[in-house]
Amino acid sequence: MTPFRVSIAAAIAAVILLLVILELIRSRRLQERYALLWLLTGVVIFVLAVWRSLLGKASDLVGIAYPPSALFILAAFFILLVLLHYSTVISRLSEQNTILAQRLAILENRLREAEPPAR
Amino acid sequence: MAQSLASTAPSRPERRLTALRRLAIVPALNEAGSVGVVIREIRAQDPEFDVLVVDDGSTDGTSAAAAAAGAHVITLPFNVGIGGAVQTGYQYALEHGFELAIQVDGDGQHDPSEIASVLEPILDGRADLSVGTRFAEGGGYRGTRVRRVGIRIFAWVVSLMVGQRVSDTTSGFRAVNRKALRLFAAQYPHDYPEVESILVLSRHGLRMVEVPVQMRVRETGNSSITTLRAAYYMIKVLLALFIGLFRRYPTPQEEP
Repeated sequence: MTPFRVSIAAAIAAVILLLVILELIRSRRLQERYALLWLLTGVVIFVLAVWRSLLGKASDLVGIAYPPSALFILAAFFILLVLLHYSTVISRLSEQNTILAQRLAILENRLREAEPPAR
Repeated sequence: MAQSLASTAPSRPERRLTALRRLAIVPALNEAGSVGVVIREIRAQDPEFDVLVVDDGSTDGTSAAAAAAGAHVITLPFNVGIGGAVQTGYQYALEHGFELAIQVDGDGQHDPSEIASVLEPILDGRADLSVGTRFAEGGGYRGTRVRRVGIRIFAWVVSLMVGQRVSDTTSGFRAVNRKALRLFAAQYPHDYPEVESILVLSRHGLRMVEVPVQMRVRETGNSSITTLRAAYYMIKVLLALFIGLFRRYPTPQEEP
């Protein structure tokens, strides 16, 4: 069972995280599609904080003797997930960036050749 | 091609002759098989229409088919999604001084013979956005169960939010006047934009009406929305709608 004070601190931290994410979306600095994973992270932290016996039960289930290390594993997993997501996003962006540069260069070339030569 | 169609076009009601410059925006993704038919049908209904096909990164020659049918064509360099594609159309309409725009999907599910009904509230000045909805569907509409449930939920949530009964928020068969066109050119949501754009419109104090229309079975191509994606989109759009409630929306500037 998580100590009571730890539960309260973790719950407050989770709520602050969720509020920051929501405010970032509201002010259009974060798109919904990139916010979902973060929101999931915040909700999981919150649930673990409020449902105090859950972490212990989950640790027992997978055979982890020391519940806080289950928390670390979970945190590491989420960070890994978010990073992996970013890698796919960056891959797509760089691909599209190349296409944009190519299209722009070809367009410039076409304009230049259509202009009468400067005297 | 376009000329021969114009000469065989049916006689139009008087009001259609009012010279409002109008644009049909046809977003298309791999619809080479149907986009030409859609363009010709639009022209046959109302030759006054300029038709703009926004090809959202197709790989099947959609752009070529559209150009061959006599449409203006914008080919996006890669797939930007339906929201970005349609917004490109609105930006084009704004820049080229169109006063009316109607969105007609390139897959043929929107029957161009219904354009007049969808346009009517705009021409009458009763609305800034007019949406052709499928509550009059005659068995033509097929969708997955998730999609149907999603449509219901969106309709219910959006109705609550805008304080007006909205029966189908997902229809892309919609006409706008210059005012709504300016708004959407500047601000249009990305995924499943039909739903959220109704909230954006209402928040800016613009008026929306729904017009019942028949929808047709898609001619070719596959729906871009699979069941799993639909569930994912639903969560995303509900989140966007919820957060939209807390956004501030400046009133759009009047035309200079």
